[in-house]
Order: sequence, then structure tokens, then C-alpha cells
Amino acid sequence: MGNSIEVKDLTLNFGSVSVLKNMNLDVAEGEFVVLLGPSGCGKSTLLNCLAGLLDITDGQIWIKGKNVTWAEPSDRGIGMVFQSYALYPQMTVRGNLSFGLKNAKVPQAEIDKRIARAAEILQIQPLLDRKPAALSGGQRQRVAIGRALVRDVDVFLFDEPLSNLDAKLRSELRVEIKRLHNQLGNTMVYVTHDQIEALTLADRIAVMKGGVIQQLAAPLEIYNRPSNLFVAGFLGSPSMNFLKGRTVDNGRAFQFGATKIDLTGYEGGAVLERDDAILGVRPEHITVSTTPLAGPSIPAEVEIDENLGADSLLWLKAEGTNMSVRVPVEGRVPAGTKVHLGLDIPKASLFDAKTEQRI
Amino acid sequence: MADLSMSSAMTGPRGAKPKKAMSPRNIMLYGILIVVCVYYLLPLWVMVMTSLKGMPEVRIGNIFAPPVEVTFQPWVKAWAEACTGLNCDGLSRGFWNSVLITVPSVIVSIAIASVNGYALINWKFKGSDIFFTILIFGSFIPYQIMLYPIVILLREAGIYGTLWGLIVVHTIFGMPILTLLFRNYFSSIPEELFKAARVDGAGFWGIYFRIMLPMSLPIFVVALILQVTGIWNDFLFGVVFTKPDLYPMTVQLNNIVNSVQGVKEYNVNMAATVLTGLVPLIVYFVSGKLFVRGIAAGAVKG
Repeated sequence: MGNSIEVKDLTLNFGSVSVLKNMNLDVAEGEFVVLLGPSGCGKSTLLNCLAGLLDITDGQIWIKGKNVTWAEPSDRGIGMVFQSYALYPQMTVRGNLSFGLKNAKVPQAEIDKRIARAAEILQIQPLLDRKPAALSGGQRQRVAIGRALVRDVDVFLFDEPLSNLDAKLRSELRVEIKRLHNQLGNTMVYVTHDQIEALTLADRIAVMKGGVIQQLAAPLEIYNRPSNLFVAGFLGSPSMNFLKGRTVDNGRAFQFGATKIDLTGYEGGAVLERDDAILGVRPEHITVSTTPLAGPSIPAEVEIDENLGADSLLWLKAEGTNMSVRVPVEGRVPAGTKVHLGLDIPKASLFDAKTEQRI
Repeated sequence: MADLSMSSAMTGPRGAKPKKAMSPRNIMLYGILIVVCVYYLLPLWVMVMTSLKGMPEVRIGNIFAPPVEVTFQPWVKAWAEACTGLNCDGLSRGFWNSVLITVPSVIVSIAIASVNGYALINWKFKGSDIFFTILIFGSFIPYQIMLYPIVILLREAGIYGTLWGLIVVHTIFGMPILTLLFRNYFSSIPEELFKAARVDGAGFWGIYFRIMLPMSLPIFVVALILQVTGIWNDFLFGVVFTKPDLYPMTVQLNNIVNSVQGVKEYNVNMAATVLTGLVPLIVYFVSGKLFVRGIAAGAVKG
């Protein structure tokens, strides 16, 4: 399969501010790519560039093997879904769906056919003659998706489509978008700041910061093997624990305060001896024990014990560093208890503190 | 036992808190409202009462008293018979002139200003912000400074002293404030709506007419009220840029009131003044209802 979208050396400046820097991104046909990042990282800007709603400063954009760098949004073969739904308030649902088709001079019979099909897929047939004001948030977003659907395009662009919905509807529509993708097989580019959406929907996630893609990989790869400190800290809730220390014994161990942690089993490059290193461990990859462990373990004290229902979170302090650990409900330890922490080194990440890159 | 505890719990204050009609707050509030109402309505009362009296009754001098003998003669005279110089057809000529001036001026200025505002917000071009700043700056220059240059410009264009000349002047002078008005309103319409329309293949005019216009009725009503009142009540431009037989109603009114031939007919003057002010009042009351209707409901999250 070829590439559906190719972004080549894309640069965008607003005046003297550089928003996107020399960006390259290939999206395969039928792939679901999520652009993830904090606000202001340029993810929505990149999507607007793909849609042709922003003029770029340099570089090229190819969609379906055509150079669309200078093409109008309507000529790029894309459909777009917006965060605020952006339905035309004075038109009925049917009017909203047919607006683009009428502009493209599609014959009425074809318009009716496509609307009927989209309405069936999204189950909005009973709503076709209503105005957007008479719809609920979830229904409005369905119509907005329908507006992209009737355009019969290969590429769908989603700009934080679920951010305005309440939590329950959000998870419902998330599943529905996934189902839609499986059913239609379109290429989808999806912008969000919600990591749950990113992890559940994406074939690949592009984590962005400061107009640069930090890491582009499958969700589990990004979660388990973040390429730098930013990616490691951005994904996961609560976020990864970062232990500041140094590597010793020719890279075979990590010195954290008074504790020497054996790095056997760590998957990564040559560790070497580094004076400034950071060991990242996710809260679920730490074991808590009230009795001393067999190997070297980190002494810590439980400060807060949070019950989340399915499991519980312990907030502890070890060697002056705040840490969080996810434990089963039956493994809860009351606040004030002195405990010993064991780390799952094969699942940990080691970073160079100066370059912030994974070792 | 349950009943007992229930009844004891239900004694004492319950339900909505009673409101006192004569609280200090209410006395203050309605007192001020009444004073303000009297302040504004008293002149109107005097005008209408005087206009309904005959001259002998006016001369008695009790301006607040209602007429003993109601007569509509001053109204008829003000409309159709009052003299200014040699013309003795009252305000009616000025009325029709004003209509001929106001209608095209309002339509043209609103049409141009709304497109201006739309383009300045949604189709930003290089220098559009500077253009807008200069346009707004124009509204801070006193009109009087520009009177003579405009006379020359109109003369050179060959439309000095015509209705069209005055219409052009009104259109230009309405531009800064109207553009500001429309620009600010259009900026409140979510940008994503505009983007969606572009993805849907609508162009500059397509988006303006099919997306923006239908959502902008309230601001068009505001602009309409603003322009009708402004242009109808204009005196300065009317007297400077037109000739006597094209004078708008305000100029005609001034000439009727100020012409000194024999007795000053206060009742006729009052009737003429009320007649002149009637048009903006009617526009305000008819269109005011459209003010508050939220048109954009349902476009975005809500």
C-alpha cells in the first residue's frame, strides 16, 4: 500500500515565530495516525496545513500521490471534523450534509444516495430534518462526521472532535470512530490532547512538542519505550516516576541515593557510566513491600493512599523524590508506613539527563 | 413518632423567602426610575400637548396643561402648509427628500460595511490590520474639518448639490463605525464554521451569503437602527451638500421653526418637530424586537 499523506520538509512561520519546523510525516493508506501533544505544540496547526486552511511557509504536502501544497481545501480530497462541530445553524441536518456536495455540483440523485448512506452508517436518519440547535452534543458530532463522510473522500481529518463532549459520550463516540475506521478503511489523522483517545484509536501516535514530532510509533511502543523525557512524562497517568542518579559499574547499575540498582535486563543502548542519568519507571512497574526485598530495594515512606476503585495509588517519598505506585486494592498500605520498593528494570527507561534522550 | 419528628421539623421558615414590597432597596430603585422617566417624558408631554392646542390657548402660557379644545390643525399645517421662504408645502417635501436620501444611504453603507467586516476578519490580507486601524482612525476626525474638501471633491465629481452626492457622503461617513460593528460581530462567529465552509468548497461570496448573512440578522438590525437614526437626524451634511429644493426634513424643520414672519406658531413648530422625530422612533420600536434573538444558537457547543 502506498502513502496516503506525505508531508515533506513542512515549515510554517507566523511572522518571526516558527510554529512547525521542517516536519516530515508519512501516513500509510488506511492508517489511523493520532497527533498528540500539549496545547500550543502545533498539532492542530499541522492538521490545518493538511486541510489547506493555512498557507505554509515552505515544504510540500502530498495527498493520494498528488501535490496539493497549493490546492484549495475542497480540492484536496479531505473531510474534516471540528471540535466545536461547526454545523451551519440555519440549515437542517440534511442541508448541512448536502452543502458541500451542492457546491461541488453533485447531481441531486447522487446527493440523496450519499446522505442516505451516511445517515445509515451514523444512525442519524431520524434527525435529518432537524436544525442543529435541536440536537444533543453527541448527535451534533455525529452529523459533523457525516458531513465528512458524504464527501466520499479517502482522508479524514479530526480536530479534537470529542473534547466538547462529556466523559460518557466521549468514550461512546471514541468506540464509534474506531468502528467507523474499521468499516470504511479510510486514512484518518486525528488531533487530540487526550492520551486515552490516542492510545486506544491510533495505529501510530505522533507525539509533538514545540512544532517538532518527538516520537512517531505504535501506541505500546511509545508507552513502553519513550524516546525522550518529554514523551515519557506526557504519556501515562499518573506520569512516569523519574529517579535522578548516575550509572556506575561500567553501566551495569544505577546509583539512586544510597541504593544501587542492578540494571540487568534493561533493553536499550550502551549505558556506559554517566554522571547525570534519569531512570524512568511507570507506577505499575514498581512493587511495594513492607518487608525488605531479596535484591537491592529503595526505602520509602507512604504519604498518601488514594483508592481509585479498580486499584489504588500510593504516593510515596523515596530519597527526597516524590513517587507514585499503582497497587491492587488489597495491596493498599496506610499512610506513614515505611516500605521497600522494587523496580521492574526490563520495563524501565533510562535517559541521559543532559540530552533528555533515551539511552 | 415519625409523625411527631416530621411536624417539629416543618415549623419555622419554609419555602420561598417572602419579599417586602416597600424595602429601602425598592423605594430607592423605583424612586430613581420614576424621576428619570419624568425627566425624559416631560418635554415630550409639553410638545404633544402644545401641538394639540390652538394659538389662543398656547398664549395663556400654561404649558403643562392638556388642551381644552383639541385641534389637529397645527399638524396639518406643519405637514402641508407651513412656509419656508416662498415654498408653502410644509414638511412633506423634506420628508420625501429624507426618504430618498436615507433609504439608499442605509442600504449601500450597510452592504459595503458588512463585506468589509467579513473580509477583515475571515480573509486577512497583508496589511489588513493597518487598513482597519486607518479606517477606525477616520471616525475620530471631526466632520467639520472635512466639509470643504468634500464640497470640492463632489463638485469635481459633478454630483455636488444632488441627492446622490449626499448619499455618497453618508455612505463614506458611516463606514468606520459600521465596519467596526460588523468586524466585531463576525469575529464572534466561530472560526471553525468558516473553515468547515471552506472545506465544503464555498468561496468568498458563497460563505458570505450562505453562512455569514443568515447568522447575522441581529447585527444588521443594529446597523439599520444606527444608520436610519444617524442619517435621518443629520442636519449638517444635508444643509451643506444639497440645494433648497432637496433639503432633508431636518433642514426643512429648522427653516420652518426659524422663519420669522409674523407670529411664532409654537403649536405648529411642536407638531413639526414630533413629526420629524417619528421615523427613527418607529424604526426603533419595530426592529428593536429583533435585537435580542440569538441566531447562532446550535452552531457550536451549547
